Amino acid sequence: MENIIEISGLHFSYPADDGKEAAEVLKGIDLTIKEGEFVAVLGHNGSGKSTLAKHINAILLPTEGKVVVGGIDTADEARIFELRQCAGMVFQNPDNQIVSSVVEEDVAFALENLGVPYEEMRRRVDDALKAVNMYDYRQHSPSQLSGGQKQRIAIAGIIAMQPRCIILDEPTAMLDPQGRKEVMATIRRMNREQGITIVLITHYMDEAAQCDRVVVMDKGTIALDDTPREVFSHVERVMEIGLDVPQVTELAWELRKAGCDIPQDIITEQECVEAIQKLFAQNKAISR
Amino acid sequence: MAILETQQLTYTYSIGSPFEKTAVDHVDLKIEEGEMVGVMGHTGSGKSTLIQHFNGLLRPTSGKVLLDGQDIWADKKKIRDVRFQVGLVFQYPEYQIFEETVFKDIAFGPRNMGLDEKEIKRRVLETAHDIGLKEELLKRSPFELSGGQKRRVAIAGVMAMEPKVLILDEPTAGLDPAGRDKILAHIKAYHERRKNTILIVSHSMEDIAGFADKILVMNKAKLFCYDDTEKVFGRAEEISEIGLDVPQITKVFVELKKQGLDFGKEVYTVPYARDLLLKHLHGKAGDGQC
Repeated sequence: MENIIEISGLHFSYPADDGKEAAEVLKGIDLTIKEGEFVAVLGHNGSGKSTLAKHINAILLPTEGKVVVGGIDTADEARIFELRQCAGMVFQNPDNQIVSSVVEEDVAFALENLGVPYEEMRRRVDDALKAVNMYDYRQHSPSQLSGGQKQRIAIAGIIAMQPRCIILDEPTAMLDPQGRKEVMATIRRMNREQGITIVLITHYMDEAAQCDRVVVMDKGTIALDDTPREVFSHVERVMEIGLDVPQVTELAWELRKAGCDIPQDIITEQECVEAIQKLFAQNKAISR
Repeated sequence: MAILETQQLTYTYSIGSPFEKTAVDHVDLKIEEGEMVGVMGHTGSGKSTLIQHFNGLLRPTSGKVLLDGQDIWADKKKIRDVRFQVGLVFQYPEYQIFEETVFKDIAFGPRNMGLDEKEIKRRVLETAHDIGLKEELLKRSPFELSGGQKRRVAIAGVMAMEPKVLILDEPTAGLDPAGRDKILAHIKAYHERRKNTILIVSHSMEDIAGFADKILVMNKAKLFCYDDTEKVFGRAEEISEIGLDVPQITKVFVELKKQGLDFGKEVYTVPYARDLLLKHLHGKAGDGQC
């Protein structure tokens, strides 16, 4: 697979404020993401994960180093619209991203700006709304929708541009469990069915556990980068960085510490159930 | 005696319009003094409407709200006092900060209560300490602080009124795990010291499991249950069915029970799960080793 995102030697500092020194937020990031990957970026507040995300579609430009997305250098101002069509971004707060008073007009907003012909626009808007399961709401006012529904409208607005990559910056942070489930299911479907590359920034470990790959940021550098199973098996390291591991992983780790023969790399409920059953089966065998 | 009580509390929005909707439907509830209560319910369940009745932001369509045994609407002029006694911290309270310094922002509530300067200062210093804000921050502009610090300033502003009942609507929304743990730990310490009544609205049952003595669950405008934490987790499957998130660890134990491994206890935290499993693996002696 082709690399869709290539980040090399990326450093970034926000400009110095009067009286304050410029703080370096990103300290040398090297990261490549292949087309079609589903990557979670974890990190505590201030770790630089949002700053990193904003480099992918040129909201921020590197102080040093290079970011290339879909073959376009983000510093190339002449190709910035092309770049943003290739990599779309969804933000945390659903209320800050909706511009129109009718759902379908909101989804069409970017296409109108790009001068897409009407017939084509109609088709793309309908397809995008169907893809996020919001087609029945196309004539509604966004103000009547739940947070999860609004976030799906924001995602539809991006999908309508037919991007190769979507970056989502904590898209579920302001949603309730139902809304979170809807949005996660939508993102997963975009990835599986349309092959869109997903970069998901999140605080939720259960969401990260559903991804192909987890990148953990700490103090402006990449601390861990592997499959969720491998990353979460470093329980102590992950906790040291100020993050959680899934509860089932934590339980397995605690039991291992107490001397139980239980795998280190449990990340799903099913695996945990099976491992505990096995422990008890062994226990019975011994006591007999 | 119950500090907060509702009797057949009902609230209907937009009566007589096509949007008429009963958001709270005949709710009877008694919250005892000193309890730490987790409040759950999905969006639209009526939990926000319910808590807005506790300090008189909304007036019941029918039914009553009693604070210390007194109907809070018995004398309309006294509703202001109710708001000093029941402090409500909204979601994302950091957006409501407006003063020039952290000190002034925390002092805003106490000053409105008509307290003297000495008492105001005592309360500001004490609550800042309670919520983990260093004294040197008090002179700073709240807008220079980090998101988590700003949120703690906003919470301190309500705590400084020393309400008998403190209600926090999703105090950890949008925070990272470390920020979340910090705020919850400060609220817990404050509760242990002051022994006042605290209600925390949260979507995360994993968080609630860590602090609540009791859990209140709203569903479709009705009170689904109000009971001890352990008993509520005993109804994990029903709670899942009404669209709420049950802790992952609870789901594991529900599944184990279905498969025939029944420990006879409700499990909702990891340390408890570990101890329980080790005890059973090792017979009654349980030396904490496998």
